[in-house]
Amino acid sequence: MSEALLSFEAVAFGYSRQRQVFTDLNYDLEKGSLAVLLGPNGAGKTTLLYMALGWLLPTAGTVCLSRRPLQSYTRGELGRRISLVPQAEHLPYTYSVLEYVQFGRAPHLTLVEMPGQKDHRVAREALARAGISALADAPMDKLSSGERQLAVVARALAQEPEILLLDEPTAHLDLGNQYRLLQTLKELNRAGVTILMTTHDPQIALAISTQTVLVEGNGKVRVGTAEQIITAETLTHLYHLPAGAIEIRPNRSGIWLRQL
Amino acid sequence: MNDSTLLESKEIAATKHSWIWFALTSGLVLIFLVSLFLGRYPQAGFVQPGQLRENELARLLVFNVRLPRLLTALLLGMVMASAGTVFQMIFANPLVEPGFLGVSQGAAFGAALGIVFLGASSVAVQGLAIIFAFIGLGFSYLLARRMHIGDWLLRLVLAGIAVSALFSAGVGIIKFMADPMRQLPEITFWMLGGLASITWTKFLSILPACLVGLAIMLIFRWRLNLLALEETTAFSLGAAPRRERLLLMTAAVLATAAIISVAGIVSWVGLIMPHIARGLFGSDTRRSLPAAMLLGGIFAILCDDLARLLIIGEIPLGILTSLLGALIFVILMARRRQAVPA
Repeated sequence: MSEALLSFEAVAFGYSRQRQVFTDLNYDLEKGSLAVLLGPNGAGKTTLLYMALGWLLPTAGTVCLSRRPLQSYTRGELGRRISLVPQAEHLPYTYSVLEYVQFGRAPHLTLVEMPGQKDHRVAREALARAGISALADAPMDKLSSGERQLAVVARALAQEPEILLLDEPTAHLDLGNQYRLLQTLKELNRAGVTILMTTHDPQIALAISTQTVLVEGNGKVRVGTAEQIITAETLTHLYHLPAGAIEIRPNRSGIWLRQL
Repeated sequence: MNDSTLLESKEIAATKHSWIWFALTSGLVLIFLVSLFLGRYPQAGFVQPGQLRENELARLLVFNVRLPRLLTALLLGMVMASAGTVFQMIFANPLVEPGFLGVSQGAAFGAALGIVFLGASSVAVQGLAIIFAFIGLGFSYLLARRMHIGDWLLRLVLAGIAVSALFSAGVGIIKFMADPMRQLPEITFWMLGGLASITWTKFLSILPACLVGLAIMLIFRWRLNLLALEETTAFSLGAAPRRERLLLMTAAVLATAAIISVAGIVSWVGLIMPHIARGLFGSDTRRSLPAAMLLGGIFAILCDDLARLLIIGEIPLGILTSLLGALIFVILMARRRQAVPA
């Protein structure tokens, strides 16, 4: 049995009394796993991710990191252990990629420190791991959306996190960029980074997850391997499709919408 | 690009930057010294070193009138430009000025009150200006907390607009009640901004607040980058966005209010200098904030030189900073199209 790095214990969360997203959420993110949160729009995937970050606080229950409640960590401690790749991050000003990636060093610095030699080196390594070393001096606003997403991943890696959270990282990317990003994530996971990401594309869960978490919008989640979770029945139900709309190829080699 | 060309391009950028640093710093020192000896007494032009020894009036003029005024202009430029940078980063908006959260209009209201109801003594005017600058800020802050639309920053902007409008209406009422021969011109001139009445006492009275504000902005300048990011991103980077914003904003407003209390409303310095600094050094506030400080100092001293030298009387400083600031703004905007293709 592997060790639970991040655990949700009887967590409830709602944006209002009428809109309860989770009522009894129990889930362990195991160390070294690559977990994919799968579910339709609005089911609560991002909510779960932001609770894992400590940004949203549960209305009941606790979220623990290494068995200690998230709130008991200082801001800096959390920043050194958990990092976030948000969906479509907006940058009000233009930075060079390297300047931007160095922001990831913030939790390792005191309030009055600025990135130094070591931080510079870590930022370069993060660029290399994301496969965009050549873009170090490019301005962020000149990057393609694929390159940009990789730069955001590099910024998150510069935090040297144990857990990497990603919110719909493949949205708005073409097939090639999706593939390169997923490949990067898989390599990071093999190198020991625990990953929790959201997606609404079952294909992605099949392609890279070691664990699939189904967020159905009924206040709970279902956890298993992609093969256990992703069946034609589940998907039909999950996305409110008519019976027979989805066809899953043998050996889970592909999911197809029935030809219309 | 391979590693060696990458290194080269970095070195070229670094050399270019250190050149600009050198030019800015020495430019500031030079302009400061020239301005100190430049004036209309004893003759139009420069004071001769000999005159400083022999002519007591010339000595007094240089050291008791021009020097404190010049130092205040320097402080004004540095404070407004760095506070402008802080505000533009915190609000992730390149169009905000340090006085917009009710601070400038609050100060104007306080000053007008002092002029009309407290006999226009300079202590009363300055004191009320600074008190109402903070009332304006506090009011904006409280109002933003009671609002229920948009995110926190949008609420602050809206509250700032509302509070500024309230105070400017208040200034209108006081103007309407003021004695049109004595008090009205004084309110008008105060609102146009100027450093003609600066003495050592006034300069020294605002120096501590300005230095504390400047020091905090300088020390925390790299963190400003994080505060310009989306709130969740800043949070994920281990920052406490609300607390850190409050600290930097308080420092910026403290210094700004102090300056406004003696100089009146001097606009555009805090808006334009951060833009030029970003254009020269990039957006990273590690460099752009100190650059804005230097540029602000140079710009304010030059404008104040023009204010006192251009005609025999005195042109209000705020008019010149607006005129030149707006011109620079227009030029920058027209050039920007080439630099940043859509």
